[in-house]
Amino acid sequence: MAEKDIINPENLVYEKTKVMTDKVLHYCPGCGHGTAHRLLADVIDELGIQGYTIGVAPVGCSVLAYYYFDVDMQEAAHGRAPAVATGIKRVLPEKYVFTYQGDGDLAAIGTAETIHACNRGENILMVFINNGIYGMTGGQMAPTTLPGMKSSTSPRGRDVRTMGNPLKMTELVAQLEGTYYVTRQSVHTPANARKAKRALKKALEYQKLNKGTCFVEIVSNCPSGWKMTPVESNKWMEEHMFPFYPLGDIKVPEK
Amino acid sequence: MARKGDVVIEIEKCKGCEVCLSACPNQVLALSNEVNSKGYHYAVKVNAECIGCANCAIVCPDAVITVYREKK
Amino acid sequence: MKELRLMKGNEALAEAAIRAGADAYFGYPITPQSEVIEYLMRENPVDRTGMQVLQAESEVAAINMVYGAAGCGKRAITSSSSPGISLKMEGISYLAGAELPCVIVNVVRAGPGLGTIQPSQSDYFQAVKGGGHGDYKLIVLAPATVQESVDFVRLAFDLAFKYRNPVMILSDGIIGQMMEKVELFEQQPRIAEAEEWATVGKKPGKDSVIVTSLQLQSEEQEKVNLRLQAKYREVEKNEVRFETYQCEDAEYLFVAFGSCARITRKAMEMARNKGIRVGLMRPQTLYPFPAEELHRLAGQVRGILTVEMNAGQMVEDVRLAVNGVTGVGHFGRFGGMIPSPDEILNALEKQFIGG
Repeated sequence: MAEKDIINPENLVYEKTKVMTDKVLHYCPGCGHGTAHRLLADVIDELGIQGYTIGVAPVGCSVLAYYYFDVDMQEAAHGRAPAVATGIKRVLPEKYVFTYQGDGDLAAIGTAETIHACNRGENILMVFINNGIYGMTGGQMAPTTLPGMKSSTSPRGRDVRTMGNPLKMTELVAQLEGTYYVTRQSVHTPANARKAKRALKKALEYQKLNKGTCFVEIVSNCPSGWKMTPVESNKWMEEHMFPFYPLGDIKVPEK
Repeated sequence: MARKGDVVIEIEKCKGCEVCLSACPNQVLALSNEVNSKGYHYAVKVNAECIGCANCAIVCPDAVITVYREKK
Repeated sequence: MKELRLMKGNEALAEAAIRAGADAYFGYPITPQSEVIEYLMRENPVDRTGMQVLQAESEVAAINMVYGAAGCGKRAITSSSSPGISLKMEGISYLAGAELPCVIVNVVRAGPGLGTIQPSQSDYFQAVKGGGHGDYKLIVLAPATVQESVDFVRLAFDLAFKYRNPVMILSDGIIGQMMEKVELFEQQPRIAEAEEWATVGKKPGKDSVIVTSLQLQSEEQEKVNLRLQAKYREVEKNEVRFETYQCEDAEYLFVAFGSCARITRKAMEMARNKGIRVGLMRPQTLYPFPAEELHRLAGQVRGILTVEMNAGQMVEDVRLAVNGVTGVGHFGRFGGMIPSPDEILNALEKQFIGG
């Protein structure tokens, strides 16, 4: 059978969703941000809520997330996305609201906003990309940088005695009454990406039920910041990040 | 026998990260010798073993892969 | 129906927010303005108009909640007092940069730092010169009465939406805490239709709406700056508001705003009883500043005394407006101290008349 016969609209099984724009992503080669964006966009598409979704972009590598999501979006100040999302959701409770934040935004400068939005149980989805480093500013230490991990501000490795310990934000918010669904995922293999997508879908479905905050961490890579090839970075992530940040559901709704 | 599939790669947007290569169960994809206008070696098909599983597309950070699979 | 009530300034302002059709209030308690959120929580306006009220975890969070709601095209308001306003400054800069309308109330107390909880006007610079980072302006309204605390809320929302710009109501601990007779305006409807710049969900066939203050390209950022500057020139042309008292025959002029203008007016009367012909100009908008009228008045008087509860802030704008036409002096008490009419009159005599 000729290939041309296979490539026709009837046989289409996967294409870039229209909920993503056609702009070329500015992310470095192999960066998990692009995959995470697309999976969330896929879910918005599948749920048919493009016209009912308002996203909040952070400061960090994904500061330009609104270039790529073809939904109405607001750009928040650094760390303030959960407060901005609260403002949106309180005046438009029938809309789907999500934040998309990195580890500096969500777990350092915006810690108070994160914890209090979760504690109030704001009916929003918070997507937390944790790659253990500050990518945009050039590879500085993040609150989630692993012990001993090198960065431009921990050049001899993170010394937890002076630099503090990595913050497990996801376990922390799971303790709060206001969170309804808390999970940690990754997007670097087909199986993980499909699981992450299911998690994002559940989270948005739960939002409709007004049950509280849904929090999806995606442990991701930073090939440039970690100074590795994308493939090496994914392997390093499995070997070093996952033992410290184990994948899986941390808080699931009671049946 | 598995259904046959095929992929279309938007080579100008591919950044040659190779994440799709190991995602493919049949080693269909490899990096080109040529570079695109941004200077990246891009993903290309090197055999006809594609089964249209979409594994490559779902891990592609730049959403450059479209996947087809024949209906049976 | 209009309604007469005896109300505390902060509570009257809160009631005015409900009546102005506000969609949301986000705030954090701080003396001397906590009555605003307390009144709103008691009143529970969600039952009256659907207005949302939320006590945030901080002033920083509150102003960013305002940003989120304002980005949806809603009428959002927050209030605080000086140290809390400093915390809000980051968000205010983003609101100005993203051209979002909102109302920010500052019931000023004395500083710097934690300062005191007593009234002051020492946040004038912060209010009219920007306050946060970047080239921007707030429209700044300065109420001198509880009545103006009410009327300016409605005006502030109107101006905020007319210019897509944050508006600050620069009150102080006196106006916020005192009780006066006030005439409340009728309940205004809340906004029904979202403006096209608001993020309310992407419409089919239209581009998605993006609320942002980020422009990575300098050429684009400069365009934003030029657009903002053009808007500010329009504001300066159209929105100057002030009152003058007995300026027709004045040989000397007081300039004072807010609560200080009330005390200064008494000093003016005392001066006139002594045969000194003094007038008073009271700017109601601190930005845009009534520079043109002040310059005109400067041509007819022998000297101008600016009276403020600070170490001399508005006096700089007065000097810019007067531009050397006549002498400009300043008299101020600060740290929460309130000048007496005697002191003000003495200062005028000492600085200009040689008494």
